[in-house]
Amino acid sequence: MVVDAGALEAGLPGRRARLRLSGLLWQRPWLKALGLLTLPLAAFAIVYLGALAVLFISSFWTVSSFTATVEHTWTLANYRQIFDTSQPYLQIAGRTLGIAAAVTVTDAILAFPLAYFMARLAGKRMRAVLFVMVLLPLWSSYLVRIYAWQTILAHGGAINWGLDKLGLPDQNLAYTNTAMWIVFSYVWLPFMVLPVYAALERIPDSYLEASADLGASGWKTLRSVILPLALPGLVAGSIFTFALTLGDYITPLLVGGTSSQLIGIVVYNFMQEANAPFAAAYATIPMAIVGVYLLLARRLGAFEAL
Amino acid sequence: MRRIHKRPRASVVAVSVVTAALAVAVSGCGGGGGGTSATTSTTIGKGEGSLNVIEWPLYTDKSFAKAFEQKTGCTIHRKDAGTSNQMFALMHGNGGGGGGQYDLVSASGDASLRLINAGDVQPVDINQIPSWKDFLPQFKSPSHNTVDGKHYGVSVQWGPNTLIYNTQNVNPAPAGWDEIYGSKYKGKLTVPNNPIQIADAALYLMQTKPSLGIKDPYELTKDQLTAASQLLMSQKPLLKRYWNYAADEITSFKNGDVWMGAGWPYQTLALQADKQPIKEIVPLPTTGWADTWMLAAKAPHPNCALKWMQYVTTPKVEAQQALVFGETPVNPLACPYMDKLQKGSCAAYHLNQPASYYSKIKFWKTPVPQCGWNNSSDCMDYNAWVQAWTKITG
Amino acid sequence: MTGRGARISFAVWSALVIAFLWIPLVLIALYAFNSSSIQGWPITSWTLHWFSVAWHNQEARDAFWLSVKVALIATTIALVLGTMAAAAVARFRFFGREAVSFLLVLPLALPGILTGIALSTSFTFVGLTPSIWTIVIGHATFCVVIVYNNVVARLRRSSPSLIEASQDLGADGWQTFRFVLWPVLSTALVAGGLLAFALSFDEVIVTVFTAGAQETLPIFILDNIERGQQLPVVNVVAFFVIVITVIPVALAQRVMRDTGLIRRGGAQVTETVEAAEIPAV
Repeated sequence: MVVDAGALEAGLPGRRARLRLSGLLWQRPWLKALGLLTLPLAAFAIVYLGALAVLFISSFWTVSSFTATVEHTWTLANYRQIFDTSQPYLQIAGRTLGIAAAVTVTDAILAFPLAYFMARLAGKRMRAVLFVMVLLPLWSSYLVRIYAWQTILAHGGAINWGLDKLGLPDQNLAYTNTAMWIVFSYVWLPFMVLPVYAALERIPDSYLEASADLGASGWKTLRSVILPLALPGLVAGSIFTFALTLGDYITPLLVGGTSSQLIGIVVYNFMQEANAPFAAAYATIPMAIVGVYLLLARRLGAFEAL
Repeated sequence: MRRIHKRPRASVVAVSVVTAALAVAVSGCGGGGGGTSATTSTTIGKGEGSLNVIEWPLYTDKSFAKAFEQKTGCTIHRKDAGTSNQMFALMHGNGGGGGGQYDLVSASGDASLRLINAGDVQPVDINQIPSWKDFLPQFKSPSHNTVDGKHYGVSVQWGPNTLIYNTQNVNPAPAGWDEIYGSKYKGKLTVPNNPIQIADAALYLMQTKPSLGIKDPYELTKDQLTAASQLLMSQKPLLKRYWNYAADEITSFKNGDVWMGAGWPYQTLALQADKQPIKEIVPLPTTGWADTWMLAAKAPHPNCALKWMQYVTTPKVEAQQALVFGETPVNPLACPYMDKLQKGSCAAYHLNQPASYYSKIKFWKTPVPQCGWNNSSDCMDYNAWVQAWTKITG
Repeated sequence: MTGRGARISFAVWSALVIAFLWIPLVLIALYAFNSSSIQGWPITSWTLHWFSVAWHNQEARDAFWLSVKVALIATTIALVLGTMAAAAVARFRFFGREAVSFLLVLPLALPGILTGIALSTSFTFVGLTPSIWTIVIGHATFCVVIVYNNVVARLRRSSPSLIEASQDLGADGWQTFRFVLWPVLSTALVAGGLLAFALSFDEVIVTVFTAGAQETLPIFILDNIERGQQLPVVNVVAFFVIVITVIPVALAQRVMRDTGLIRRGGAQVTETVEAAEIPAV
């Protein structure tokens, strides 16, 4: 290290101390990491992880019926109720998983061609424009977008007006599972487009050239080369479409109907009923499913694609 | 660190008994009205400038609340609720007593006792509400808001649940609740998304299947609850949707999504004001609600709250609110005011003959294990109702 | 895959999907100008009347300012904590680094309702009354993650030898930060901050559980939609919210696009340093 010793000594004593501290931290980098990490990690651990822990613990409590006092006695009653097949909770969870899967598939189908066009076919300017056009709806209000669909799907809304113009019969889409499927697919679509775009963009041109050189048709290249490489992106996108659908309650609240109770709205209702322990117990189901899904996704390389 | 301790029922009873005994000893001549209590005072301290209420829609409607705000300087912040459960959860959440957030709640009979027992509301000195002495006798100290002589709030209005229908699509006009359980208007019906609906089904079964032995639609044995649940499950495919808030039902009628539904006079009046072809019938006996303005235990603005209680129970305001929502006042002196605002309304809402009307309404109350009609404790409690309801709607 | 037919079909599909993404937004924005209070389609008469009504609506204004306050505080907390965490993870290898990385993704990956009910239950458990601070805590949990992601991505893309070079040249920690790190990080911080602000301003899923009687703007919208009240005012507020969240996001995009310059600038510095490297003593 070339250092002008004279200049150093002649400098402010404070600078000397700072240099010594810098030197110490340089020699022991983990100290620096520790210093940087303690505050955010402590805050995060106490607030977020602590809250999740309290939630999990509270799922073993119950609530007295009349006064809704939380009784801090350990019991599996909530879980027994959830897994009791005469109760609707497993069925509701199944329905939620089904819709989440349907939404994921729908979004994958909608997003892939768009992402491919953006990544490989569009010119530079078009790509930038499309990128922004996908990003902006994502960031404009989630609640307003669902509200927009509530008005569109209503009996006197835009969809029925459009069907009328085409001479088709009115649909009763409001407050159905179909309505929720449409709205979920709509709201999470940008989450699927962006990772798939990122994954497709990373495919080197040389791969495609090589595939063509080896005699593969366009479709074969798509199936054997492009799709496997885009898979991490699809899985990354599916994390959002799947996990967010599992826990959502605003969509069922605004566009859901009689047979369309989802996990999220049941949890919300029980919080409204001042029965937080049961809500906590039921919420561990999406938490577990998402946890498992995240681990699987990591295996499939989705985290690099995020 | 605050802990919410479980209080065994026995000690609650013991405390109530001791408190009651003390109250009786201290109050001397006790009993309704009169008395020479030295602390009688109809003056309340200065308003705090703000009032946070949890209400049924229009219970603090600007048409009659604006004058109050101007006179007292208490600006009203409202949170409308759709069900009693919401009201209870809002009051009980965040540490209870209104969470230090809310001052007043217009609780119906199925929430009021829960709030009292949970310690979320505090008693008021009924002498500070001058209109109280004019109330109909049934609403002075009803069991759903007066416990051991302590008034946890003041009664305000009452009314029935009604059957609302679209006159153009529903022919002939319905005569009772049959249509709402039958398939004639399949896919065009709606009922509230509220566990207390089980009582409506039970009431219907009380008349159509007396063999079940239902005596009180809120006190159901396990078999009776199952029967009511089954009726509701068979109703479910006939419904377009369950409504969460009154406005949902209004929108559904306006959209043409539903032609008939269970609701409140509020929805009918709103739809009629919007020139919709809507009428309602009140097939007695029916379920209904009797509402109390209750003061939160941790109310941040108690003076404004008490001033509101004073104001809203005066005859003129009672009349205004009754006509805005479609309900019946607890203060019979409102009768001439009602007729002045809308001819014949006093009779239409049965304020001039309340007793017979009152007895035909089965007012909302919280299901508890203690059955009054067979002196046992094996009736289904509220938790069981909630679970049953989730099963029906889920 | 570049056959003409294929290109056209991809283009058409893309256009349709983009239309699908934008039409509902445009429709709901149009409703702000609907003079009828019934939300039917098509809109037959247009007016600016509801804008004036919304402007004078005290509840809406209070909700707006509360949202702004919460977003500013949450973003500030996020900037500080997120940067610290990102610096540690990106620059140092330490035990549990993978785990920390994974944990910091959780607030975004887990459904918001979990965060909401967890915080709500915990607040009640420790006796914390709902206030602006409980709302801020809820927002900060994921705002931190947004900033963290942005800064980590930037740090990974820039060269770690910049700091070495700076210290080789005799700068202490503070000077290194001010003259070397800050220019590299600033755009990531601005972008992350803008995104965190937009996210907090729009947040409703967690806020429903962490707010008491406080109304942020999304809570105002949700309450009124649910109860079917004041819908024309809600339409105007919705229009306003769409516009106002577009701005920080568009800005963030611009800022991030300029990164090419910064990165090139950084590379230049690295090259110069390496060229002038004096053999270590």
